[in-house]
Amino acid sequence: MKRNGLPLALLAVLVLGALPLVASLPIWITLTVAGLAMGMMIFMMASGLTLVFGLMDVMNFAHGVFISVGAYAAASVLLALKGQAQAPGLAANLLAIGPAVLAAMALAAALGWFFERVIIRPVYGDHLRQILVTMGGLIVVEQLIIVIWGPDLIPLPRPAALTGSFIFGDAAIERYRVLAVAVGLALFGAMWLLLNRTRIGLLVRAGVENAEMVEALGYRIRRLFVGVFVAGSALAGLGGAMWAMYQESVNVQMGMQVLVMIFIVVIIGGLGSVSGCFVGALLVGLMANYTGFLAPKLALGSNILLMVLVLLWRPRGLYPVAK
Amino acid sequence: MLSLAGVNTHIGQYHILQGVDFEVPRGSLTMLLGRNGAGKTTCLRTIMGMWRASAGRVLCGASEIQDMKTPEIARLGIAYVPENMGIFAGLTVRENMLLAARGGAPDEKRLAWIFGLFPALEKFWQTAAGNLSGGQKQMLAIARAIVEPRKLLLVDEPTKGLAPAIIGNMIEAFRELKRTDTTILVVEQNFHFAQSLGDAVAVMDSGRIVHRGRMDALAADSALQAKLLGLSLEAHP
Ligand SMILES: Nc1ncnc2c1ncn2[C@@H]1O[C@H](COP(=O)(O)OP(=O)(O)OP(=O)(O)O)[C@@H](O)[C@H]1O
Ligand SMILES: [Mg+2]
Repeated sequence: MKRNGLPLALLAVLVLGALPLVASLPIWITLTVAGLAMGMMIFMMASGLTLVFGLMDVMNFAHGVFISVGAYAAASVLLALKGQAQAPGLAANLLAIGPAVLAAMALAAALGWFFERVIIRPVYGDHLRQILVTMGGLIVVEQLIIVIWGPDLIPLPRPAALTGSFIFGDAAIERYRVLAVAVGLALFGAMWLLLNRTRIGLLVRAGVENAEMVEALGYRIRRLFVGVFVAGSALAGLGGAMWAMYQESVNVQMGMQVLVMIFIVVIIGGLGSVSGCFVGALLVGLMANYTGFLAPKLALGSNILLMVLVLLWRPRGLYPVAK
Repeated sequence: MLSLAGVNTHIGQYHILQGVDFEVPRGSLTMLLGRNGAGKTTCLRTIMGMWRASAGRVLCGASEIQDMKTPEIARLGIAYVPENMGIFAGLTVRENMLLAARGGAPDEKRLAWIFGLFPALEKFWQTAAGNLSGGQKQMLAIARAIVEPRKLLLVDEPTKGLAPAIIGNMIEAFRELKRTDTTILVVEQNFHFAQSLGDAVAVMDSGRIVHRGRMDALAADSALQAKLLGLSLEAHP
């Protein structure tokens, strides 16, 4: 238990340590909320990847394109339902946001299903070929995005109810960030319950440790693989949709741009660990925002530094999975 | 219950099993002995479908299983305790048992019986299995295999790394298991253990069965033991 608490302490150290450096309470609050929001969105995008890696031992470089596809699907729906999205009032907005998020998740899930069946299944157990074929798949889908939606950045106005900020004293907290934090927390809670309180979760956790033994106990792990892969892709789609509304635009490379951070998170957290992924994502999100303010030139480097430090401390990540 | 006929297994370019023939009669405990590297583990893994036989037949009851997938083989009622025990270290003892019970929550009476065999498991029920001692892990691995009644148990070196006192407990547990109508195939290095429990015996060497017979006959014939296993009489009281 003590061991499990330490990564949370690290999170606290980062948050509190940033306060004297930032030297302004309102700015610190804004940065912290922004960092948490970014972390939560990264968690949505990364949680599926870490489970896929842990369970199937598959390095899926195409995960980034599931994010892009989710983002484009959400953007298309939101732009098509502009009336509802820009109408005043949350209820009207939800009539656009709901379908947009569903479309993002469904399209990413369908793409994930196709990838697992056609591209990844023949190369289970062979990392080098996994990297090659998923990279190849990634390029193909990126080109398809260009064919369907064009090569240019598409601006995406955020739905009216999600714009603006809450003001606390001198600190401004964007509404959208609060929403992202809420969605991320809900997702983490739901995944925790699923993994720790259900039989499927038990199978997933056991499979991450030793898939062969799960089969020897009589479970058809192949079905579990497909289920986790599709669910992980759907979450990437959800993350992509949230990310698109956050950036207020979509572009072809957006998935690949966040993929670097996602890999850092998956490695920091411990391959296959959802809790590690959660804490790792928050660390990365906060670090990016604090350094973005304090030393903008170091923003990307800071996360690589974070990864190096974490791995020096725990070479197999914050919450290593027993293998 | 189980029979292998002309089973060959290749691992990569290596030809490991080179025509294995033996039978495990229903209701008996058969010992599979042999020197290190003889192919015993490979034999069990081939039965479980974890290596694919390149030739030969494996029969379990009336079903031919050499081409079936591992989960289907397990579902015929075959439980496997691998050499490394295959414990899920991050799961609790309870969760390990729960997972092994495919039919739902384990039966209370059966659990009580298992706790009787291995009291440590009750004590550490909510502990992460990775924190158990080596002996306790072995107990969990066997308990997991019998959490529901199974037709056939395949156990790979249950005494590996156990202290002599614990080996005594393990022998008792297998004696109790033999009273149920489970058919058991045990791979062993510990001759004392083998001799205390085995009804029949098969000895492997270099991927082939080189001896088949009754365990008590082999136990009584030290010259044959020395020839097959390189055992010296003094080492095994
Ligand atoms: N994964 C593998 N790859 C290559 N060779 C293997 C593999 N597994 C086993 N072998 C080889 O197959 C042969 C038989 O191994 P096996 O593990 O079946 O022996 P064993 O009788 O169980 O030995 P021990 O008593 O030491 O457990 C050995 O020569 C071993 O080196
Ligand atoms: Mg062996």
